[in-house]
Amino acid sequence: MANARQDHRSEPWKDPGATPYVRIDKVTKKFGDFVAVDDVTLNIYRGEIFCLLGGSGCGKTTLLRMMAGFEAPTAGSISLDGVDITAMPPYERPVNMMFQSYALFPHMTVQKNVAFGLHQDKLPKSEIDARVAEMLKLVRMEQFASRAPHQLSGGQRQRVALARSLVKRPKLLLLDEPLAALDKKLREHTQFELINIQETLGVTFVVVTHDQEEAMTLASRIGVMNHSEIVQVGTPADIYEYPGSRFVADFIGSVNMFEGRLIEDEPYYVRVESADLGGVFHVSHGVSAAPNATVWVALRPEKIHILRDRPDGEGDNRVAGVVTEIAYLGDQSIYFVRLAGGRLVRVTQPNILRQSGGGRISWDEQVWLSWDSSSPVVVTQ
Amino acid sequence: MAILGFLESGGGHAVSRNAREVGDSSPFVLTGLMAWIKALGPYRWASNRLRDRGMSGRTAVISVPYLWLLLFFLVPFLIVLKISFSDIRLGMPPYEPFVTWASAHVMDLKFNFGNYAFLWEDALYRNAYANSIMTAGFSTILCLLIGYPMAYGIARSKPSWRNLLLLLVMLPFWTSFLLRVYAWIGILKNNGLINNLLMSMGVIDEPIVMLQTNFAVYLGIVYSYLPFMVLPLYTAIEKLDLTLLEAAADLGCRPTKAFFKITIPLTKGGIVAGSMLVFIPAVGEFVIPALLGGPGSLMIGRVLWEEFFNNRSWPIASAVAIAMLILLVFPIWILQRVQGREMGAHR
Repeated sequence: MANARQDHRSEPWKDPGATPYVRIDKVTKKFGDFVAVDDVTLNIYRGEIFCLLGGSGCGKTTLLRMMAGFEAPTAGSISLDGVDITAMPPYERPVNMMFQSYALFPHMTVQKNVAFGLHQDKLPKSEIDARVAEMLKLVRMEQFASRAPHQLSGGQRQRVALARSLVKRPKLLLLDEPLAALDKKLREHTQFELINIQETLGVTFVVVTHDQEEAMTLASRIGVMNHSEIVQVGTPADIYEYPGSRFVADFIGSVNMFEGRLIEDEPYYVRVESADLGGVFHVSHGVSAAPNATVWVALRPEKIHILRDRPDGEGDNRVAGVVTEIAYLGDQSIYFVRLAGGRLVRVTQPNILRQSGGGRISWDEQVWLSWDSSSPVVVTQ
Repeated sequence: MAILGFLESGGGHAVSRNAREVGDSSPFVLTGLMAWIKALGPYRWASNRLRDRGMSGRTAVISVPYLWLLLFFLVPFLIVLKISFSDIRLGMPPYEPFVTWASAHVMDLKFNFGNYAFLWEDALYRNAYANSIMTAGFSTILCLLIGYPMAYGIARSKPSWRNLLLLLVMLPFWTSFLLRVYAWIGILKNNGLINNLLMSMGVIDEPIVMLQTNFAVYLGIVYSYLPFMVLPLYTAIEKLDLTLLEAAADLGCRPTKAFFKITIPLTKGGIVAGSMLVFIPAVGEFVIPALLGGPGSLMIGRVLWEEFFNNRSWPIASAVAIAMLILLVFPIWILQRVQGREMGAHR
């Protein structure tokens, strides 16, 4: 049976013969003159947790609402499990949604809320009761069945909303910012609970979120959206380690971005001279750009080594600077190092050893930064 | 200006300074006066005594509506109740005194339930009550059927339109209620607007009798009380979270069914409030049946008026009024219970 972890390994999106479960084909949505979703094509496979990630107003919610049937695409088509559902009204789609506000019916008990969808299918009462009980057990809300929504905490409401959207065994579950209303501790806990439930039921999830951490934890793949378009689709590791553009590199995690000029372009490595850096990047992957083109080098803060002494030997991928700020976060420390050219570089180092006082690099110290040639990523846009 | 200044003087110095710039020193005079009064011995004595009994400025504020109710509702009610227990007599006042003094120390209260017995025995009154409640009930249903789509339409219209549409609903209130009912006479009478129009178009040969029928009474009540139905309904529908309807659709519920399963139950507060606001005044309505209704449309308000002014029987009229009040307390009680529950549900 399909489940998220197996899919992580099987990676159906890499198999050209695999049939996508949800096929979003050249979908555009306009509200008047405003283009909310612009020519988006996307394939989602069975059993995935697919995250649509982007800032507010990027069109991710509109795309989700088109999958639910609340908005009709201006152009393009959406199909699910081989059936074109573009023009199907929401009450006929085998798709359920968990709303950001949860949208629990305030005049019904938890039990009636969860049973609502099954009543619409005119199932026998005994089956409805059994399925509601099973679902409430799965989300650990069975002892709250006769409560009204306003008597529940935020986390409990979230679980009822999840139960209500899953009880009809939809082919596709849409989740709109499922964890946004929960506090940080509860959110982390619930993330793993969601993954467990998804693995148990094998339902395909599409999650909309603006929280990159949430997307990284939940997703089998992430689709990053910006300005009504999908700018990159990939696994969380792909998106983080191989961002395809400055926007993606900047949006996911923190990054040091240097503008530079391509001075050497070979199939297996490139060298980029950067005035910002005051040095040369040697990057161990090729790029498709013209010689002397302006490119950007993205370097993650945790991939930079910070040293007191000059690294041995001559060459690229090293630069000197002065520590201007240190933020001690417990598990790691963030250093802001000012380079000779005035540019600030963010460096994070895990605090592996419990050092006290003298051992640790301190303010106004002269330091050297260095990194492996596999660490930087060159992007051309 | 002086009162305004006094009220604003508590709100901040900026206001006072502005007032001084335009040369009006009354805020200072008043605040000064207040400070002077507060410094007086008797004031301090009185406020301390009141505070000892648990009375503060807050009590004073809360007591205003209670005082109002006491003076203008409870006292008149007791007077009417008293009159309803006495006998008619010729003279001024036209009823027997309720309290008589048998001797200097023995007070004699005369409870005379004869008036109520009379109401019960005479079919005229029973019919009038039944007719009033029926007319009011039917009018309320009509108002609900017309008002709900109206309120729904307004609540779902573009926000920029809503205020204009609500204003249109309330517009008739800018003319006197009485004048508006009179205007209907001109529209409905045999040589009135509708009949003349239809006859000139050749649709009918002789006028349709509309005035002084039950139809005219219903028309008048529905027309007059529709805004009282629309406004609370609008408030309830406007508050309704549209995502709930999306959630219903998402769970496989068709729009019509969702209306009855979600919209109606969640706007129940507005439905009850609007219905009460129409039903209660419609039961005691006097002007509309008197002006538009015929001799058949006997409503309790009209009976009351005739008892009081034509028969000059204050005790019977009072008994009619008290009986009507008791009849109406029941629906008000239901209203309060439902509203109380609503408050609990949305806390």
